[in-house]
Amino acid sequence: MTANNYRHALFCAVVTLIISFPILGLNLEAKGVKITLTGAQTSTYIAIALAAVAVFVFQAFRDSFMGVLGKLPNLNPLAGREPMEQSKRVKLESWILTGIVVFALFWPFLVSRGSVDLATLVLIYIMLALGLNVVVGLAGLLDLGYVAFYAVGAYTFALLSQYTGISFWMALPIGALLAGVTGMILGFPVLRLRGDYLAIVTLGFGEIIRILLNNWTSLTGGPNGIGGIPEPTLFGMEFGRRVKEEGNTSFHETFGIAYSGEHKVIFLYLIALVLAVITALIIRRFMRMPVGRAWEALREDEIAARSLGLSRTAVKLSAFTIGAFFAGFAGTVFASKQGFISPESFVFLESAIILAIVVLGGMGSQLGVILAAIAVTILPELAREFSEYRMLIFGAAMVLMMVWRPQGLLPVRRIQITLKKQE
Amino acid sequence: MQDLLYFSQQLINGLTIGSAYALIAIGYTMVYGIIGMINFAHGEIYMIGAYTALIAITGLTALGIAWLPLILIVALLCAMLVSSSMGWAVERIAYRPVRGRHRLIPLISAIGMSIFLQNYVHLAQGSRNVGFPALIEGGFNFSADGAFEMSLSYMQITIFVTTLVCMTALSLFISRSRTGRACRAVSQDLGMASLLGIDTNRIISATFIIGAALAAVAGLLLGMYYGSVDPLFGFIAGLKAFTAAVLGGIGSIPGAMLGGLILGVSESMTSGYLSGEYKDVVSFGLLILILLFKPTGLLGKPEVEKI
Repeated sequence: MTANNYRHALFCAVVTLIISFPILGLNLEAKGVKITLTGAQTSTYIAIALAAVAVFVFQAFRDSFMGVLGKLPNLNPLAGREPMEQSKRVKLESWILTGIVVFALFWPFLVSRGSVDLATLVLIYIMLALGLNVVVGLAGLLDLGYVAFYAVGAYTFALLSQYTGISFWMALPIGALLAGVTGMILGFPVLRLRGDYLAIVTLGFGEIIRILLNNWTSLTGGPNGIGGIPEPTLFGMEFGRRVKEEGNTSFHETFGIAYSGEHKVIFLYLIALVLAVITALIIRRFMRMPVGRAWEALREDEIAARSLGLSRTAVKLSAFTIGAFFAGFAGTVFASKQGFISPESFVFLESAIILAIVVLGGMGSQLGVILAAIAVTILPELAREFSEYRMLIFGAAMVLMMVWRPQGLLPVRRIQITLKKQE
Repeated sequence: MQDLLYFSQQLINGLTIGSAYALIAIGYTMVYGIIGMINFAHGEIYMIGAYTALIAITGLTALGIAWLPLILIVALLCAMLVSSSMGWAVERIAYRPVRGRHRLIPLISAIGMSIFLQNYVHLAQGSRNVGFPALIEGGFNFSADGAFEMSLSYMQITIFVTTLVCMTALSLFISRSRTGRACRAVSQDLGMASLLGIDTNRIISATFIIGAALAAVAGLLLGMYYGSVDPLFGFIAGLKAFTAAVLGGIGSIPGAMLGGLILGVSESMTSGYLSGEYKDVVSFGLLILILLFKPTGLLGKPEVEKI
């Protein structure tokens, strides 16, 4: 048995060396047309060797490690407690959410312009993640092309403003509705596909939209994108130094205060905040409505749900459309915030990041998704030297979450009634 | 005559790309046939194969070895070794612990693995694309009296022949060898096979290793054909190969070959007669249409869901 263990451990260590040494240890460098091979730093080699040794030790003494881990007193003090009562839990969650919103209201007046800008981005991601949470978390449909609907919202606003000079407030419902309709049109044929096929088809769809945006140069400007997207106005008041459009006034003149570039950033932030709160509230209502229950029922057991008379297409389509609608919402805000959009912003990686947020937050849980969106967007900004490792860590985190805690960091506990034990 | 030559040129290009897609598609189809999951990280395994081959070629050239067959064979073996090890490790780390859970969990894990591997190579080797030396140059040219010349390069011939050899070897392996028979048994009924004394974990590992080795072959061939590699090299190719696997009927090995060839030809016809930019749209559109109207593909068996 032990000999076998050692052999396996040695094998694992050799595999570790094989998969890390050529890629990490030998770097290709292009010098003009010639390519040369240079060695990495000594520290890299030491790290590779250490990794192999660690794998060897772990695999060789795996059984004893696991035994020791099992005997350790449980480190999580909350593990043994009784689950919180349902009504209490819901109340606590609403209090925390309200607290976050109140804090978010005062946030922009306390910090620098850059932080407010970042916070706006966080709010856009929260909207996207809440929307995707309906599709993936509640309805159990893996959508890998979610960013396509985001693109539809953003491009709707950009194109309409370019050709018809539409304002942000008009574009917001139009962009969201158009994204929702796109979702419905795409969803109608594909929703009868099984889970993993659906994932690939949506991925293909997302790529098709991106390629079309990239190549339809006469309409979308191709890779150059569209610029000059107007900023939102407050009852016809503009936030620029000078009024761009006839009939509008400017914010600082109306209120007789000095012009400051910060007004615009803060205003945009507040709009995003209001929209994110609206998104969260609407989806919260949906979750308690019959349609929300139907999403979860269909996710848990399709055959049982259908035999109880739920229409599979109608239920799935509603989830898909609502998810797409909120992506369009977020897209419009994004276009307005950036003032410029190009297909670069709507690549598959963006879909993967939003999916990672939903997965990390605990599929289906709103509070979890919001916290995960904040963490995923802000952490790389805080630790800038690690920012290039961001996607590496995301990938690893997705795998580890699926292996250890597929229900997410803050899973939803569903309302349930258990029979009392008979005396 | 002119049109015919142009058409044959597109056909040859399509068959070349298509046979390489078929090599990658084998990995998807075998894994799906046995454990019913989409190995999303397979495209990255292929990309790592291409990188390793390039590293080996550069290293050998720097050592002063100039004999072409030796360089190619050593590069091929290195690429296969690294890719297979990667395939094995990926299965052990990311897929085995989640096997048998809800369908979406292995898929999300695979997407995570794919992002991880992409960035692993990106961080280690840089994000810029690196030129792949054209080791096999020249070819046959056919021309009518007109201006257009049809060419069949030695590189294309190499791709055909290598693919043919690999596919024949794989077919023999699957139909004749003991492991191959076990593979077929496990893909028919995993539970029953394990009751009859087949070590199913071993067979699943073997499937990943074989798929990864074939992907590495494709990596070397297509790397040389396209002339450059970059860390995103595997993503689109992986999607294309998956399309090929679905087109031919996922789970069926001859289906993967057929699907690869059809996909390659339709792609090169699109770039030949319409526009090169829309070739990806055509292949993804093809994928969506097949999944909608014939989800079992051309040669696949219908899947009956038991209650």
